[in-house]
Amino acid sequence: MGRVTVNKTWKMLIGGAFVRSESGRVFAAPAAGGKKETGEAAGPQACRGSRKDLRNAVEAADKAFDGWSVRNGFNRGQILYRLGEMIESRAAEWAEALRGTAGGSSAAAKREVAAAVDRAVYYAGWADKFAQVLASTNPVAGPYFNFTAPEPTGVIGVIGGARTPLTGLLSQILPAVVGGNTVVALAPEEAPVTAVLLGEAVAVSDFPAGVINLLTGFREELTPAFASHEQIRGLDFVLPRDAAGEVEREAAAAIKRCRWRETGRDDDWLAEGAESVYEIRRFLEFKTVWHPHQV
Amino acid sequence: MAITTTLAGRATSAELPRLIFGDRWDYDPAPESADPRIAPSYDLFIGGRFVPSAEGESFDSINPADEGVLTRIARANAADVDAAYAAADKAYARVWRKTSPRDRGKHLFRVSRLLQERAREFAVAESMDGGKPIRESRDFDLPMAAAHFFHYAGWADKFAYAVPGARVEPLGVVGQVIPWNFPLLMLAWKLAPALATGNCVVLKPAETTSVTAMKFAEILNEAEIPPGVVNIVTGGGETGRLVVNHPKAAKIAFTGSTEVGREIMRSSAGSGKKLTLELGGKAANIVFADAAMDQAVEGIINGIFFNQGHVCCAGSRLLVQETVAEEIIERLKHRLAVLRVGNPLDKNTDIGAINSRAQLDRIEELVADGEREGAAKYQPACALPERGWYYPPTLFTGVTQSHRIAREEIFGPVLSVLTFRTPEEALAKANNTCYGLSAGVWTEKGSLILKMARGLRAGVVWANTFNQFDPASPFGGYKESGFGREGGLQGIFEYVKTV
Repeated sequence: MGRVTVNKTWKMLIGGAFVRSESGRVFAAPAAGGKKETGEAAGPQACRGSRKDLRNAVEAADKAFDGWSVRNGFNRGQILYRLGEMIESRAAEWAEALRGTAGGSSAAAKREVAAAVDRAVYYAGWADKFAQVLASTNPVAGPYFNFTAPEPTGVIGVIGGARTPLTGLLSQILPAVVGGNTVVALAPEEAPVTAVLLGEAVAVSDFPAGVINLLTGFREELTPAFASHEQIRGLDFVLPRDAAGEVEREAAAAIKRCRWRETGRDDDWLAEGAESVYEIRRFLEFKTVWHPHQV
Repeated sequence: MAITTTLAGRATSAELPRLIFGDRWDYDPAPESADPRIAPSYDLFIGGRFVPSAEGESFDSINPADEGVLTRIARANAADVDAAYAAADKAYARVWRKTSPRDRGKHLFRVSRLLQERAREFAVAESMDGGKPIRESRDFDLPMAAAHFFHYAGWADKFAYAVPGARVEPLGVVGQVIPWNFPLLMLAWKLAPALATGNCVVLKPAETTSVTAMKFAEILNEAEIPPGVVNIVTGGGETGRLVVNHPKAAKIAFTGSTEVGREIMRSSAGSGKKLTLELGGKAANIVFADAAMDQAVEGIINGIFFNQGHVCCAGSRLLVQETVAEEIIERLKHRLAVLRVGNPLDKNTDIGAINSRAQLDRIEELVADGEREGAAKYQPACALPERGWYYPPTLFTGVTQSHRIAREEIFGPVLSVLTFRTPEEALAKANNTCYGLSAGVWTEKGSLILKMARGLRAGVVWANTFNQFDPASPFGGYKESGFGREGGLQGIFEYVKTV
């Protein structure tokens, strides 16, 4: 008889802590490692996050915003780079965990993990540069010094999609976070393991608690709560057209900034163009300051 | 009223020489007399031609200064809006997207020049149509509108530089809906960047202020802008909804109330239309004890009474550091006493007519609420014209953050005064609003300015000045004041897509 293995409990990351859903609910995660599911009890169980979990996560993200939004870019860049390091060091394990979750082969899973590392490095590099590229001093026709600089929007809600779920989720989270926003993300229910993996990497990458919060659960259940929560200032979501319309209608109440990516059309995360300084720009506000320069 | 000295060594207003105006000095009337050349009626402007609305409907445009009928304006219905989008679509596909960027720019330079040439005529028309003082339409609205076209004309063949590292293209046909507070200027803010980047436009002016837009249509033809590149459909809220919800619109740009902004977001949900929303505001104007008092008082007055307070970025919440509150309020009362309310066409007028009966009702309602909730109202003795819609400059003291007059946009000449002790308290109070359009800071201390500028959640921060605008300076809000920027390099981004 072989050794009795110690299996990992899948938890969510809220406010820097690994937690189960307050509701106590779980759902059977699609089998990892490409193994065939033999029965409901055989596969891992993911937390089925509730609206209350979401509210807790938003509270944590809101609390983290004050500190994270004013951290200097160099420091944010180092933290994102460390996230890349953490993923790289566990690439083989992650590829194994991802294999099959989104119908991909072993080679596809490896490609995806590599893409995730590269994406982290890409955005890490932008941390102390995007403001220079997007800001301006403005030559106004008067005796004023006038400049425009970007600032983060606030708490951003992310709803991940099924396609290349790890790289996708990361590609939605990182541009918001590198810009100084804090994030509450719902991992795609087709691959809740992405939240487990990312949570473990985030927790050891020097992100302050609450900057990235990762939930698992059902899109249909949690999407309305993302759309209507007033403290969520922006949304980045992969959804089909009908569901996206619902989200945007609800988001209008608080004039949320919405970034909709249509399922099956606009969610090719490995494509060129899935990473851009203009993805960072989506959740930036531009502040213009005037001051007389004559005494 | 006695004024106590609040800071050792500071000259209080009690010690300043003061002119007593009262009613002893009558100003002679100084009316601006240029001919506004307002036609007895205006049709829609579609495909480069003035055409009556399909159903022949029209409505009166009222001069708020005397409630007289100025002209009649066509009301666009669904068929008209369809025709406007069809014309824009055709112009985009066949002409405008094939026009060289340099030539697009040259057309816009022409527009700017033509506006400058007819500035006086347009200024008078603007004041008659909207009620703003001629001094403002002449010295601000017209020059600034012309400057916007001149500024963006130069961007037409250079806008790729505004979006580094990406290839960009125009969006196609955009729908634009503008407000009544700066009719021609808002038209310029919308049209200039849209046209420079190669888009075609269906524009709807506000129901109460369509005149200068229709006069502007003449300029478009004079500048030989190809037919259909700009189409102007007039009407009220229903026409606006038709413009916003039209399936041919690739983008909607709207300036107006947060409530209508929400409605636009809801109605375009799931459509993939790009949006720019420039919505309401409730700006805090923060005055520290060490501020240059004369300048600060002028800045406060300009901040709230400019354009009768019909300004989304108006400094309607004055936050004064406690130690100088009494002094500032006293100085403001004296300053209010010499503001002249009356005929918008008189060059000596500071505060003109309220744009509409409905807006006057709203101001009166909010002021009544302010009194009912316990704030103290002050209005100088001030004779208002017998006909027309006017409201005296108004100051509220003893205002708390929960008062309606401290939370809701009044859009009138009404200032609410609150106090604070520390910079942190000022920031907390200033940011305690769903809006985030603009803010003001007055202090002589540089680091304090930068601390406040950084902490204020607002799209424009004026330090030791207020209500400054420039085509090169982006404008737009945080939070429920909307999103997107108008003006400057950042304004280009709103009218292109990366490909």
